[in-house]
Amino acid sequence: MIIEIERLQLYYSAFHALKNVNLSIPENRVTAFIGPSGCGKSTLLRTLNRMNDTIPGVRIEGEVTIQGRNIYGSETEVEFLRKRVGMVFQQPNPFPKSIYDNVAYGPRLHGVTKKAELDGIVERSLRSASLWQEVKDVLKKSAWSLSGGQQQRLCIARALAVEPEILLMDESTSALDPISTTKIEELTRELREKYTIVMVTHNMHQAARISDRTVFFLNGEVVEASDTEALFRSPVDQRTEDYISGRFG
Amino acid sequence: MKAKTVDRIMTGVIVGVAVLIIAVLAGLLGYLLVRGLRHISLDFLLSPPQTIKAGGGIGPQLFNSLFLLVLTMIITIPLGLGAGIYMSEYAKPNRLTAFIRLIVEVLSSFPSIVVGLFGLLVIVNMFGLGFSLFSGALALTVFNLPLMVRITEQSLRSVPREQKEAGLALGLSRWRTITSVLLPVAIPSIVTGTILAAGRVFGEAAALLFTAGMSSPRLDFSDWNPLHHTSPLNPFRPAETLAVHIWKINSEGLAPDAAQIAAGASAVLVITVLIFNLGARWLGRVLYRKLTASK
Repeated sequence: MIIEIERLQLYYSAFHALKNVNLSIPENRVTAFIGPSGCGKSTLLRTLNRMNDTIPGVRIEGEVTIQGRNIYGSETEVEFLRKRVGMVFQQPNPFPKSIYDNVAYGPRLHGVTKKAELDGIVERSLRSASLWQEVKDVLKKSAWSLSGGQQQRLCIARALAVEPEILLMDESTSALDPISTTKIEELTRELREKYTIVMVTHNMHQAARISDRTVFFLNGEVVEASDTEALFRSPVDQRTEDYISGRFG
Repeated sequence: MKAKTVDRIMTGVIVGVAVLIIAVLAGLLGYLLVRGLRHISLDFLLSPPQTIKAGGGIGPQLFNSLFLLVLTMIITIPLGLGAGIYMSEYAKPNRLTAFIRLIVEVLSSFPSIVVGLFGLLVIVNMFGLGFSLFSGALALTVFNLPLMVRITEQSLRSVPREQKEAGLALGLSRWRTITSVLLPVAIPSIVTGTILAAGRVFGEAAALLFTAGMSSPRLDFSDWNPLHHTSPLNPFRPAETLAVHIWKINSEGLAPDAAQIAAGASAVLVITVLIFNLGARWLGRVLYRKLTASK
């Protein structure tokens, strides 16, 4: 288990957004968080790289340990944590720079200066994000000239370039067309060989298609967490069954 | 009345108002330029003014205006950038922040003659800086700084939140995210705003009457040591700027060609401010293209 979450409580000012969450996330697997809007799945995802720190009024109790280290402990450096736990967002958000510079961005700011080394990182990352074939001749072009799906894969490449161990994907296909979505789904399957992937999706079918484990959230609580096949075939909790059979949400 | 008729009438009214405004502006500009352009020559731009004889120029005044602008910007840009970054990225949304923002707003709408008198009392007399370029620059700072703060804050705020999150998620510190993600996107609009604010500084007269003074010592344009008394670069000498010169020559000019000189100087002032405005747009566009690789 690469991530262990214990007795996690999260409040947005007075609102109790996550209620006593206990969860283990296995290494080199795709774990999907599903549940209706506002159930806390994105909030939990954003506690894993402490992106919630930027929101005023957030209070967190409990423990989140990644590889045995409490990431909310006083000795944890947020920058180092976020380097190890990469994130891809809902909207593709490449920087307004060239394709090359987008991928080289993180490594550069973390101290890689040699051109040859950067070239290597950029090619490797773009290959991992299955974008290299499409952009290898236009690396100097603006990232904003790419299509939405390409931009999202560029964002994945950008996240991979700083060599994280865990990749968080926050509804990363919800703004994309079906073909681009399929590409990213295939990519996600490939990436789990080397990375641990935690994804939030509002699309149950997507979770069923590509995840190894599925966690169902409702009103800030984990209702059920198990292997994807088991969860969809024979859910233990009545609420899970109601949700996956489309009775609400 | 039918909706379509009302629509037509209102369109006509709005177009009429727009035409009226453009006509007033064009008329004003045309009047200034037609009256003034005739008197502008290289000699006029470079030679010193005459008190009672005809044929004086505006050389020192033009230099003073530009030098004062540079001094003011040296003071306001770092302060304004710092405060703007603080307001947009560090300040928590609470009462204190709201209060600071209110003060900044009030400061920027101060009448400039009040700022001038404040400068006379506090900067010139109390701090003993005398009538000097430096006093003038400080007075101009009083109403240029709020503008700079607001320009910086708004430019940074208009950068999409997703960009900032992308930077943070890559493991960049907050400061690094500001300098390497937010600022490059915000810089074109900060630069444009700064130059536009500079135009206002350049044309300011009231705040300078009692701070930079209404006279200029004989300047020796071959002496560029800022510590010498007659050096143009000495920031602690009194200095009459172009806008102040126009005001003075119109109200108490003794030279027989005072009216022409005022007209010429006004035209120079207007043209310079126009160049600032056009330059700001151009530079903003160029920077945007440079910094964002969007060709």
